[in-house]
Amino acid sequence: MAETKTKKKTKKKAARRTTPARNRRAVYIVDGSRTPQLKARGKPGPFHAAELALGCARPLLARQPFEPSELDEVVMGCVMPGPDEVNIARVVALRLGCGKDVPAWTVQRNCASGMQALDCALKDIRLGRAELVLAGGVEAMSHAPVLFSEPMVNWLGAWMGAKTWPQRLKTLGQLRPGHFKPIIGLLRGLTDPVVGLSMGQTAENLAYRFGISRSEMDSYALRSHKRLAEAQDAGYLTEIETLYDTHGNYYEHDDGLRRESSMENLAKLRPVFDKPFGSVTAGNSAQVTDGAALLLLASDKAVEKYQLPVLGQIKDVEWAGLEPAQMGLGPVHATTPILKRQKLALGDIDYWEINEAFAAQVLACLKAWEDKDYCKQELGLKSPLGSLDQSRLNVDGGGISLGHPVGASGARIVLHLLHVLARNNASTGIATLCIGGGQGGAMLIERSTG
Amino acid sequence: MAEKNYKHWKIEEDESGIVWLHLDMANSTTNVLSAEVLTELESLLTVYEKQPPRGLIILSDKENGFIAGADVKEFTTFSSENEARDAIERGHRIFNQLEKLPCPTVAVLHGFTLGGGLELALACRYRVADNDASTKLGFPEVKLGIHPGFGGTVRCLERLGPLNGMDLLLSGRNLSARAAKKLGLVDYAVARRHLLEAARQTVAKPPKRKTLPFWVKWLNHARVRPLLARVFIKKVAARAPRAHYPAPYAVIDLWVHHFGDRKTMLHEEAASVARLIVGKTAQNLIRVFNLQEKLKSLGRLDSYKPQHVHVVGGGVMGGDIAAWCAMQGFNVTIQDRAHQTLARVVKRAHDLFKKKLKQRLLVTAALDRLMPDLRGDGLKRADIVIEAIFEDVDVKRELFKQIEPRLKEETIIATNTSSIPLEELSGVLQKPERLVGLHFFNPVAKMPLVEIVHGKQTSEETRNKASAFTRQIQRLPLPVTSTPGFLVNRVLMPYLIEAVVLAEEGVPLKVIDKAATDFGMPMGPIELADTVGLDICLKVAEKLAGQMNVEVPKILRDKVANKQLGKKSGNGFYPFKNGKPVKPEADKHYTPPTDLQDRLIMRMLNEIVACLRDKVVENEDLADAGVIFGTGFAPFRGGPVHYIHDRGVKQLTTLLDNLLHRYGERFKADPGWELLAKEHKH
Repeated sequence: MAETKTKKKTKKKAARRTTPARNRRAVYIVDGSRTPQLKARGKPGPFHAAELALGCARPLLARQPFEPSELDEVVMGCVMPGPDEVNIARVVALRLGCGKDVPAWTVQRNCASGMQALDCALKDIRLGRAELVLAGGVEAMSHAPVLFSEPMVNWLGAWMGAKTWPQRLKTLGQLRPGHFKPIIGLLRGLTDPVVGLSMGQTAENLAYRFGISRSEMDSYALRSHKRLAEAQDAGYLTEIETLYDTHGNYYEHDDGLRRESSMENLAKLRPVFDKPFGSVTAGNSAQVTDGAALLLLASDKAVEKYQLPVLGQIKDVEWAGLEPAQMGLGPVHATTPILKRQKLALGDIDYWEINEAFAAQVLACLKAWEDKDYCKQELGLKSPLGSLDQSRLNVDGGGISLGHPVGASGARIVLHLLHVLARNNASTGIATLCIGGGQGGAMLIERSTG
Repeated sequence: MAEKNYKHWKIEEDESGIVWLHLDMANSTTNVLSAEVLTELESLLTVYEKQPPRGLIILSDKENGFIAGADVKEFTTFSSENEARDAIERGHRIFNQLEKLPCPTVAVLHGFTLGGGLELALACRYRVADNDASTKLGFPEVKLGIHPGFGGTVRCLERLGPLNGMDLLLSGRNLSARAAKKLGLVDYAVARRHLLEAARQTVAKPPKRKTLPFWVKWLNHARVRPLLARVFIKKVAARAPRAHYPAPYAVIDLWVHHFGDRKTMLHEEAASVARLIVGKTAQNLIRVFNLQEKLKSLGRLDSYKPQHVHVVGGGVMGGDIAAWCAMQGFNVTIQDRAHQTLARVVKRAHDLFKKKLKQRLLVTAALDRLMPDLRGDGLKRADIVIEAIFEDVDVKRELFKQIEPRLKEETIIATNTSSIPLEELSGVLQKPERLVGLHFFNPVAKMPLVEIVHGKQTSEETRNKASAFTRQIQRLPLPVTSTPGFLVNRVLMPYLIEAVVLAEEGVPLKVIDKAATDFGMPMGPIELADTVGLDICLKVAEKLAGQMNVEVPKILRDKVANKQLGKKSGNGFYPFKNGKPVKPEADKHYTPPTDLQDRLIMRMLNEIVACLRDKVVENEDLADAGVIFGTGFAPFRGGPVHYIHDRGVKQLTTLLDNLLHRYGERFKADPGWELLAKEHKH
């Protein structure tokens, strides 16, 4: 029943928006930068989230012809801002020197928070509320909080309330070793609270549904590392701004890359989510990573006023919902309506960025588009959309090789897609990702060639 | 009550009967305890003595602080010890009067609360202070060669006990409101929004006055004092010998001999300050203070207010300049070709900020203002660009050629060169009038002087703007001509070379250094050379050797060739351990040559005379200021030129002639000596 409902909805929605509104203001991406993505190594990384965002936004703004105070707003996506930076966008805006007058807000749509921030900026520009917006995302996953359990919090409350020594002694006597068991915020964040599955388990679901083998996943993961290595060697990742810590170290590259990775090494890894028979391993999943990506969005008015160079234009955006236990197929559900609306086939898109949460999940998306039943029942299509040319997909690696700082990835893939389009003098691209909780988000990007 | 009109005080009585005494010194932006201010206070207190109000609250209407101290200008007007003593004893009377008022008295402190200002506050029964970072409490008197003279030594030691009290009096350092509260110097440190209410409530419900813990009282015991005094003396002697700086010793003596007998101690305090203030050390240190004010005033010739500083070159100098500017509130971009270098700059900056700013939020804000900038994106926004790349004319010229088109029209281009005349660099610029030298000294965070080097092409506007900027980063600008070595290095170099020659002759290194420190230099020349770096010394020496009366000693070349560069390589003339030189003991039977100190100092004096003749600086005062703040030249001597006049031109030229016969041409008296003698005959 749920399935038929989804089908109807998709159909209706796509139909509703088949004719794009005329006289809509164009929204341009004029520049952007990101940090190198730093793999979490079992302890808090060298930078807090705000420092990551500053690390890429400061040089980004420094090279603009306008002052930071001339921004209309700052919007940032972040899944788990630290306790000192709850509205992290405002913290970053102030520390960037935007001044008190520039408002800033933080958005959260799990793994797509960074893309959501771009969409919010786009809407404000479209509505004429803003001309120039700094938007993107950030996540310091290595700094995810470790929490007290509820019994411990209750105990602490009782301890604070104990005013006399006998009371205190009594309370102290009630403390048990179990109270000290911490709650790892990161693990909780990566578990669906409605269906109770971890994200990895939803990927196992997809592998089962589409019959994706362990070796298919591992070879996909290996390719991701290889492509990132090639991109690094060729100097393609020009959007990265070097980070400097306060101990005299600097960070130039995404450090999750494993150049020595091989099928044999990957095959040795044990499944982490469904032990012992699953096939999703640390090697074929996205890495837990710290990073930030920020873009500058501008109206045509702002482009003209400051003579800004245009990287590209956001042509269309789609958000979709689906079964939380199948969340990895989010890209399929978000992208299909855009293709329909814009009357495009898979092959019309020059380059793709499908965020690599899991190898199984990316592969499942491709198989879903090839699958007649899936396309018919879930997407309401008469025939399958067909095969996506993988030589145009994630050409410089993705979450598996360079990590997936959840709040930042949505902005990072859009930024990198623009660079890929420019490098190949191509015009159309789609950046899309799956979202924990059962959603998908997609953006159609266009770049004028010539 | 007090109907009379006062020039500096404003009297306000509120409905509860509390009198608020506002000090708002006429025709001044800062409150100081001038004779007039004190006279008015005296007449006010005489009224309140007879008809005490419910309470008396003293506060300042000046934005920058409570009271910045006594009027230093008046210090130099005393013609005799007795006259000084009369003035001081009058202050004593007034402060005692304030202390004895039968009603609660509260001093409301913010900003600068120094010297006499703090003494006045201590004569009140209570003190409340604004806990903002701008609040600074302290007794800087020792820096002027005196000590607190309005009962401050007595009241400070009573209130804080000998350990904390002596620390405050002997070091002359400032306390924040929070630190002052911790020590018990003030009763409350509160946010400004609560300051007046705190004063009002203190009068309404006077809290019990805090007493010192028993063991602190015990330290004041007549038998303990002499023992503890030895510790204090040892600590002071490490920084300031008694012969040169008598003031701190006088404070210790006062405490040892008179603590416990309040009346005598107050009386002796006045006598001691009167003695000190007419003495040579105090007069010279006051001169140094005035010279400092003079340099500061050069920063006010232009209202220039730059926002963004771009530094090119992330070496130690460039990096430290960038960090310093960021700490002073400027937006700074630091450009270098290597990430590695920039990373080191950020680390050093962070270390500096942590040490100086302490509070986490301030450190973060300072780091946020400092941006590593590999591509030089900061150039187009910069109001002032400071070049600090290595000393090579061609490389610098190439850099200037590249960056000038990226700059705003009005951006000032500054070079930190220590040896290249600006005229050799300005040729490549479209607008050479905006090129100026900003010669910082190493370490930037410690050295207060910046030489403002003006070439023939430098416009006066540029020079004044550079001075204004220098002031804004809390440094002292000294305008100098673009002649080899400018002022400081030129004066320093012959002195260092002579030290190296002495070392070559076999005089033990420690003996050489001691001769200089005995004269009053902060560090001996050999240790200084090691600290600066022998390679840098050699480079400057070679650069100057051509134009000046300087021959580069072989031993210096050998050391540099052997990579013995001094502190930074861990080995120079001295071996270094943990950044400190290890000085071998000289042979006990060794007798140093009698002219050792003369040889060192006369080389320096001869050169300063040459500088005056060459008009490197505008006048003798600026020469003294430059050498004192640039080299640390014995401040209690009032500067090299002042010292020359003190000893007499004639006597010194005779000394030079003697040295000339013994050691040759390098001691030949500069023609400038004759001019100096002539000018001062009139």
